[in-house]
Amino acid sequence: MPSFSETTAQAEHATVGDRSVGPVLPQVARFDTPLPLACGRTLAQYELAYETYGTLDAARSNAVLICHALNASHHVAGFYAEDPGNVGWWDNMVGPGKPLDTQRFFVVGVNNLGSCFGSTGPLSTNPETGRAWGSDFPLITVEDWVDAQAQLADRLGIRQWAAVMGGSLGGMQALDWAIRYPSRIRNALVIAAAPNLSAENIAFNEIARQAIMTDPDFHDGNFEAYDAKPRRGLRVARMIGHITYLSDEQMDAKFGRQLREGLNFSFAPEFQIESYLRHQGEKFAEYYDANTYLRITKALDYFDPATREDGDLARALAPATCRFLVISFSTDWRFPASRSREIVKALVRGRRDVSYTEIAAPHGHDAFLLDNPQYHAVVRAWFERIASEIGAAQ
Amino acid sequence: MRADYATIVDWVADGARVLDLGCGDGALLAFLESKRRAEGYGIEIDDAGVLACIRGGINVIQSDLERGLAGFDDAAFDVVILSQTLQAMRRIEAIVAEMLRVGREAIVTFPNFGHWSHRLQILHGRMPVSSSLPYQWYDTPNIHLCTVADFDAFLAERGFRVLDRVVLAKGRPVRVAPNLAGELAIYRFRRQ
Repeated sequence: MPSFSETTAQAEHATVGDRSVGPVLPQVARFDTPLPLACGRTLAQYELAYETYGTLDAARSNAVLICHALNASHHVAGFYAEDPGNVGWWDNMVGPGKPLDTQRFFVVGVNNLGSCFGSTGPLSTNPETGRAWGSDFPLITVEDWVDAQAQLADRLGIRQWAAVMGGSLGGMQALDWAIRYPSRIRNALVIAAAPNLSAENIAFNEIARQAIMTDPDFHDGNFEAYDAKPRRGLRVARMIGHITYLSDEQMDAKFGRQLREGLNFSFAPEFQIESYLRHQGEKFAEYYDANTYLRITKALDYFDPATREDGDLARALAPATCRFLVISFSTDWRFPASRSREIVKALVRGRRDVSYTEIAAPHGHDAFLLDNPQYHAVVRAWFERIASEIGAAQ
Repeated sequence: MRADYATIVDWVADGARVLDLGCGDGALLAFLESKRRAEGYGIEIDDAGVLACIRGGINVIQSDLERGLAGFDDAAFDVVILSQTLQAMRRIEAIVAEMLRVGREAIVTFPNFGHWSHRLQILHGRMPVSSSLPYQWYDTPNIHLCTVADFDAFLAERGFRVLDRVVLAKGRPVRVAPNLAGELAIYRFRRQ
């Protein structure tokens, strides 16, 4: 199995630590109740791939949902017995004795609809045609994802999450949970996120989509029928995305102007950063689906809960009753701290319980996936408080 | 518990909306929550303080006070507190203006530079070091020390109305010659 949930940060940092949840098994929940989507279409039936770690307590009060970002999956922690190198994308955060302690909490990782890692998406078979959905798979929104996650919660017998937690696009899902399912969530951890995408964010997504859609192997999204894959487009999309996950200073520290050999007056990769980006692009193009990439970036672009309230984020957040922990990172320029502060300001205006911390970290947007003592201490303290409130086992 | 807390709690109404600037580990907010059912937020810049607040279940917002209170609306709070932090701030006028923008009332506490022991040390040609100013001149965070008389004048010049003023020495109110005998000044004031 490919290391499919690998993130940019994970590529260099993931190792199986001594506090791993150990080998894990992905599961699939099948739903036959139709799911109405924001686009107006309905998924008659669908499947969600998920993993769980830890034990649900008798009161069903210790469940935590982890929402993933652009290219991750339900494989949050642990590893697969048959592929020990395939470590969950947030394994440094989730596990026994880790900031989100699986000895106290029942943690659920879910793959979102439209993804390509096990949940129903463009690679799945469309029951109406008997062929892969491909380009005909509907455009999915953050709200659709959360609605599907709520179905999974019902299936697992979880009426209320102790917390919903996510970074980046995952943080947007946590926000949406707080707004649209206020009685089903006691804490929202919104990390390295934003209340919506800026024009610049959308611009980067559009470049990535254009790279994919103008690849001759894209075939209007029906590349499978042509036995093709728009690898070139995916590569460029990934390279663009990757740049926005890092910080200028981190890139300089890691690569600077280092050369592989020397300058050869050619267009072959000469600078280390060039070969690094190409390598990241190649890997991504092998394991990721182009139609999924297009849809997930659109879900990002569309997310904007304030539009439902004439742009008033505080009013959009008014239904929320949970406690919020909002975390940003100093060198994140994809979702800069100022965007997190917008969320905090709206919550303060609504007199909601919110804490906010801005973590000093050099790693840009990717910092939310990396080890950082202060960041992990804050998350640990947050969950310790929740654990003491619900009397979770020590 | 810090000496100024008991006075502050007397001045905060039941159920008040409170903003505590430079809240440290959140001890004052926790005290106000338990004694007055007050609710609100602390602002703290220091990582250790933010972490301590989160441990204690106190709403804390990590932010630099020198950058103002842009994250807060006008008149969002009943009272805004600046406890023993004023003397370490760069832009005093700006922060006091911000306090009275987001709050109906302000509570400010600071070590009284006018205390006789400080005057005596200066008379002997040395920078004062005391229990209320426990730093050497070269490692002090305090850059804007003032006396009770200075702060009285500061408020009067700006037309702010002092609602209460208590000056403490060894935790007890000083009634006679507070600017000479007092160690810690506590003010509650508002716009006219």
